[in-house]
Amino acid sequence: MEILLALVVGGLYTAGVYLLLQPSPVKLIIGLGILTNAVNLLIFTAAGLTRGKPPLIEEGLSRPIGPIADPLPQALVLTAIVIAFGVLAFALVLFSKTAKITGADNLDEMRTSDP
Amino acid sequence: MTLLPVLPILIPFGTALLCLVLWNRPGLQKVMAAVGSLGLLVAALILLTVVRREGYLVLQAGGWPAPFGISLVVDLFSALMTTLAAGTGVAVTFYSLSGSDQGRETQGFYSFLHWLLMGVCGCFLAGDLFNLYVWFEVMLMASFILMSLGGERAQLEGGVKYVVLNLVASAFFLTALGILYGMVGTLNMADIAQKLQRIDQPGLSAALAMLFLTAFGIKAALFPFFAWLPASYHTPPVAVSALFAGLLTKVGVYALIRTFTLFFTQDFAHQLILILSALTMITGVLGAVSQNHFRRILSFHIISQVGYMVMGLALFTPLALAGSVFYIAHHIIVKANLFLVSGVVRRLRATEELAHLGGLLRTAPWLATLFLIPALSLAGMPPLSGFWAKLFLIWSSFQVKNYLIGAIALAVGLITLLSMIKIWTKVFWGKVPDPWPDQHVSQKKLSLPEALLLYLPIASMALLTLMISLWPDLLFQMAQEVAAQLLNPAQYIEAVLGGGA
Repeated sequence: MEILLALVVGGLYTAGVYLLLQPSPVKLIIGLGILTNAVNLLIFTAAGLTRGKPPLIEEGLSRPIGPIADPLPQALVLTAIVIAFGVLAFALVLFSKTAKITGADNLDEMRTSDP
Repeated sequence: MTLLPVLPILIPFGTALLCLVLWNRPGLQKVMAAVGSLGLLVAALILLTVVRREGYLVLQAGGWPAPFGISLVVDLFSALMTTLAAGTGVAVTFYSLSGSDQGRETQGFYSFLHWLLMGVCGCFLAGDLFNLYVWFEVMLMASFILMSLGGERAQLEGGVKYVVLNLVASAFFLTALGILYGMVGTLNMADIAQKLQRIDQPGLSAALAMLFLTAFGIKAALFPFFAWLPASYHTPPVAVSALFAGLLTKVGVYALIRTFTLFFTQDFAHQLILILSALTMITGVLGAVSQNHFRRILSFHIISQVGYMVMGLALFTPLALAGSVFYIAHHIIVKANLFLVSGVVRRLRATEELAHLGGLLRTAPWLATLFLIPALSLAGMPPLSGFWAKLFLIWSSFQVKNYLIGAIALAVGLITLLSMIKIWTKVFWGKVPDPWPDQHVSQKKLSLPEALLLYLPIASMALLTLMISLWPDLLFQMAQEVAAQLLNPAQYIEAVLGGGA
């Protein structure tokens, strides 16, 4: 399962980076979205996969019985998803406003501020 | 007392919230922003004195013991950086009070200014790597908004590059975090440092070091990753530029120093950083020479100066690290000040192109003097603060017999002087250009309160530069204490894990 997910993560990184290198702003945004999700999946996979064991301690015990899922990576992924959502929303608005003002939908034409 | 480490986060948080509540009352927002920034400075100064006395302050959020909860860790480095950030915050807030930008003021400029300060202080105080990531994002989000607030074409185009490259950096950071968590199973920085020593996986840990180097290198504008900086820093209003120039790249440098003294002390990582720092210095300064726009020249100099700071980290001796810390402190003050000066020039002449400027020495002699102090300090003229900063770094490079990097640092200092002289001759000497490039904005006179608000921050920062120049041993002593703490991670680990558990 880890190997399968590792391959998926690799594929998503590849797709994300490829899209980031395109001149179209829309593809760039999609690329960013894919990249952030690839990162989330990577955190999830790297922290180790356990099958269906919630990290709950049964009543009367002070520690769980047997291996349980690590809750921390899920909390991390959740936080990362929220942050990525907010940032992507901002990026979308920024890009649409930029496209309106410059009248270009090609990043190569947005160069007036370049050194 | 126990709440002291959170104050530099809580004060800007409260200020920013109040500024949002007072959305329709720009006048009150200004008062709030000024009071809040002063409060932050006071809190930071108290924090600095307490930390200097006690060594470390650790706050376990919610009372959860160290490796399980989120810790805020203040060592001398954090406290010093927080104080510098707060000082820059005060200067920039007062500078922007002069009302240069009524459009932006009604769009929540002051609120976002303080969100940014909160994010920056949070980065300095975080003792947990994921927490650091979250503060990074808070800081970035506020900086995205400040960068694009106003919606001018150049701003948006610069903003696009700034946003995308910083998001990529965040993705790198998060990737490194995920792999690191898989390796050591903890995110508390002290705990990571402790466990990473025991794990014998040199390959994986080297890969991690490179991921962190890339992530923080993009934020610090290191050599191959700096493209976003000169494309964006000259586009927003000057006050925003000054804040970014003083603080944002330095957060990247701070994170680099933190991770590469605490986690990754392998030889080859520091070798690589040394090469990158040399290339950063050279490309930055050469980029500056080719520019003819006031703020673009200054932006390129940020890059070359970051090279110096990272050079001290790469040499990794007590003197070199102390030099780095000294350099950061000197740079934040001087660079923010230079940007503020460029802003006054812009207010007076409505342009920043060197070709359209001239003769300001005659019309604004005080401004010329106030430019000269930070400019010569940046170039490292004795006896100004930049001279001491460069002296410590170059001296330390000679101590470890690395003459090449010392020579590069010297040469880059000379070229910096060249481009400061270029600004001086084109902006302050010469004749007032005729006719004006922009006819309807003729030579503007500043009203007295306006001039006071514009000049006061500049003059106080120049004064601070002079004080560091004349009594460098005060700051240097502190820098040495910082370096001693940084080179002794065992103390840091003990303070976080031993004290809290």
